[in-house]
Amino acid sequence: MTRLPGSYPLALLIALFALVPVGVLVSLASDTAQLFDTHNLKVLINTLALMGLTVLGSVLIGVPLALLTAYVHLPWRKFWLILFAAPLAMPSYIGAFTLYAAFGPGGEINNLTGLPTPAFYGLPGAALVMTLYTYPFVLLTTRASLLSLDASLVNAARTLGMSLGMSLWRVVLPRVVNGIAAGALLAALYTLSDFGTPAIMRLDTFTRVIYVEYNAFGLSQAAMLSLQLLAIVGLVLFLESHVKATRERPGRRLVLWPSRWQVNTLLAVAMPVPLLSIVLPLGIFALWLVREGTGGFEFSYAWNSTYASLLAAVVAVILAVPVAHAAVSGKAGRLMERVTYFGFGVPGIVMGTALVYVGLKLPFLYQTLGLLVLAYVLRFLPLAVGSVRSSAESLDPSLVKAARLLGASPKEAFTRITLPLTVRGMIAGAALVFLEAMRELPATLLLGPTGFETLATYLWRVYEAGYFGRAAVPGLLLVLMSGLGLALMLTGERRGDFDVTEDSKR
Amino acid sequence: MLSVQNLTVNYGSTRVVDQLNLALADDEILMLVGPTGCGKTTILQALAGLIPIADGEITLGAWSATAKNPVPPEKRNVGMVFQDFALFPHLSVQQNVCFRLKDTALADHWIDLLGLGALRNAKPSTLSGGQKQRVALARTLAHEPVFILLDEPLSNLDAALKDSLRWEIRSALKEAGVPAIWVTHDQEEALSVGDRVGVLNGGKLEQLDTPETCFCEPASRFVARFLGEASFVPGRLEQNRVITDIGEAPGTPVKGASGEVDLLLRPDDIDLIPLPSGGNGQIRWARYEGGARLFAIDLDNGAEVKVRVSHEVRADIGSRVQLAITTTHPLAVFNRE
Repeated sequence: MTRLPGSYPLALLIALFALVPVGVLVSLASDTAQLFDTHNLKVLINTLALMGLTVLGSVLIGVPLALLTAYVHLPWRKFWLILFAAPLAMPSYIGAFTLYAAFGPGGEINNLTGLPTPAFYGLPGAALVMTLYTYPFVLLTTRASLLSLDASLVNAARTLGMSLGMSLWRVVLPRVVNGIAAGALLAALYTLSDFGTPAIMRLDTFTRVIYVEYNAFGLSQAAMLSLQLLAIVGLVLFLESHVKATRERPGRRLVLWPSRWQVNTLLAVAMPVPLLSIVLPLGIFALWLVREGTGGFEFSYAWNSTYASLLAAVVAVILAVPVAHAAVSGKAGRLMERVTYFGFGVPGIVMGTALVYVGLKLPFLYQTLGLLVLAYVLRFLPLAVGSVRSSAESLDPSLVKAARLLGASPKEAFTRITLPLTVRGMIAGAALVFLEAMRELPATLLLGPTGFETLATYLWRVYEAGYFGRAAVPGLLLVLMSGLGLALMLTGERRGDFDVTEDSKR
Repeated sequence: MLSVQNLTVNYGSTRVVDQLNLALADDEILMLVGPTGCGKTTILQALAGLIPIADGEITLGAWSATAKNPVPPEKRNVGMVFQDFALFPHLSVQQNVCFRLKDTALADHWIDLLGLGALRNAKPSTLSGGQKQRVALARTLAHEPVFILLDEPLSNLDAALKDSLRWEIRSALKEAGVPAIWVTHDQEEALSVGDRVGVLNGGKLEQLDTPETCFCEPASRFVARFLGEASFVPGRLEQNRVITDIGEAPGTPVKGASGEVDLLLRPDDIDLIPLPSGGNGQIRWARYEGGARLFAIDLDNGAEVKVRVSHEVRADIGSRVQLAITTTHPLAVFNRE
């Protein structure tokens, strides 16, 4: 093995390319005078408070739901799991928008029923929305850990005289702490990078303030804030890389058989979560659609979204193939792959800021669709890489050997075995990138050429202008996209009994 | 006919297979056995051309492969049945079996013979372990290899299935009439299925012979122990008879053994009579096996012997027994260690 894999030079180039945004931000921020001021401190506190509350909330919701879906014998088990995991696929700005519009004096619920409802805004509102859309991370990672445990330990504890609740608390939870932590860190990461929710809830976090600075032509200040945000993201990523899944000898899964009324009670207690995160947005959009029709919506918005996302998906998969190949070929390649994952951690607003500056420096890119597609590719390339790589990894080497022994030449073995078995991964990766790009908001706001309105940016303009009713069509289309994304994740993970991994959204 | 001369394989600087020589007749099944890490699977991969060899020559009819002149796997016309089946997951059973066939008549023959007719359109992921292995075997045989390698074909299956599938595979191989090398770590499988058995230890072939010879006249104590329960009793070799404390038996010297020797005894070469006192040994432990009982006896001369007798014989641990050699066929005799 002295010869280097042929994919290395290309993968290295792509990896270096993925580091461009940081380089740009550093050079941009070095112009600025203000390193840190009191307003900055307030932004930092807001951001950390939102992150802390969201992590707390998502653990409090995610862990009990993980126990429920992993261990309790439920009727329509699959349905409940999908329902509880579904918010993962929805962009949180949809939830923030509809929750904001539904509650409070003069909100839609107040208008419809006359009941006074509390208004959601600021830190509590943002924390509630972020919790509702990030708890599935905790649910899924915890559930995966729970399913890997052998039931005999709980059964042993119970035969030794410990109650079920105590056994879960003392015997099960300590062993899934890493699973919970992995999910909680993903929730933290998502919260840090989310732009739409704090913006709609009017909470001054880094992402919102960066956008404000950008609009006030304070590009270098925006870059400085972006770097500060990136530092926190880096810290969370560092922690995440140190959370290792503890592997236990697999065994039989614990199954609990509660009585019918107990099951009904458990589900009833859990019901507010999907009601708020799924049913409410759908209900509000439906209400607006009935009341105000499709006014103001132009078909070109949907076409623009589709066109840009499609381009991004194709480019991302083309770039993903050499990176994935390098990743399975050796250690150096694995490192290159890790570097491309960097874009995933860069919040969309930060990526947007960096590329706006690139556009200003390279006028042929300024205000072009190419720059927007570039932003999508840099951000979502890891989705394509992960998908292509895992399909390449799951390719059992003895399959190619078997084909060769049956008389196939290396070329025939590649076209008849390797390619058909990896092409699915490529299509799945492209679809994931496509769906993420369709829903992307902040980078699209910053980089979309003038007059280039997409579903997400149109929804944002509607919010800013206060014509909420016009959000119905783009909102429902975005929810539909999210549903497709969820379906895709489900089919992709079918074999693993629906263990949607953390790769699916961040 | 397959012939292997001085086959040597290295992994880095470690020698995994050392100077292997063997030759196989037209429809012969050779069982390769040995403990984990003895190089069994490496030999198969080298014969199939999946890993490079360091030295030696492999010849099979039309081709001959050496370290300098490797022959790619697809040019060898060798069939291989993998431990993990290696069925193509995106193809149906029918498509797997017909992978490179233009004429599917032979595929149909093997599909029917192995009872896979109802599963033609099934995807591998829906099959049970036993069905998967049958498909893998049908695929290999349908491509008409001149030689078949089986890499622990039964190790991923449960015990009940192993026993029946073992005979199904053997009769399919015999029906196809091609030589085969079958790797296993199960000594019972090796003795019962194979025409010949090769016992490997540390990359070297310790013995290559019929199952009976390997079992009754092992070339070394390692082979004796690996193929079954083995006890060694000290004795003296005099004119082809071994005289021990528990009786006499005809002896076959191994590696020129003479004078003070150790006699190899299998558990059914000895009879056991429980006694209230006296005798020549004491029971250390007893295992009930259903049809029989296995006893471990500490002989008064210090040797430990295992004896298998009818389940009707009862004796308590610690009680005295009289052991006597009952066998009349020659037993292997080793130099005293």
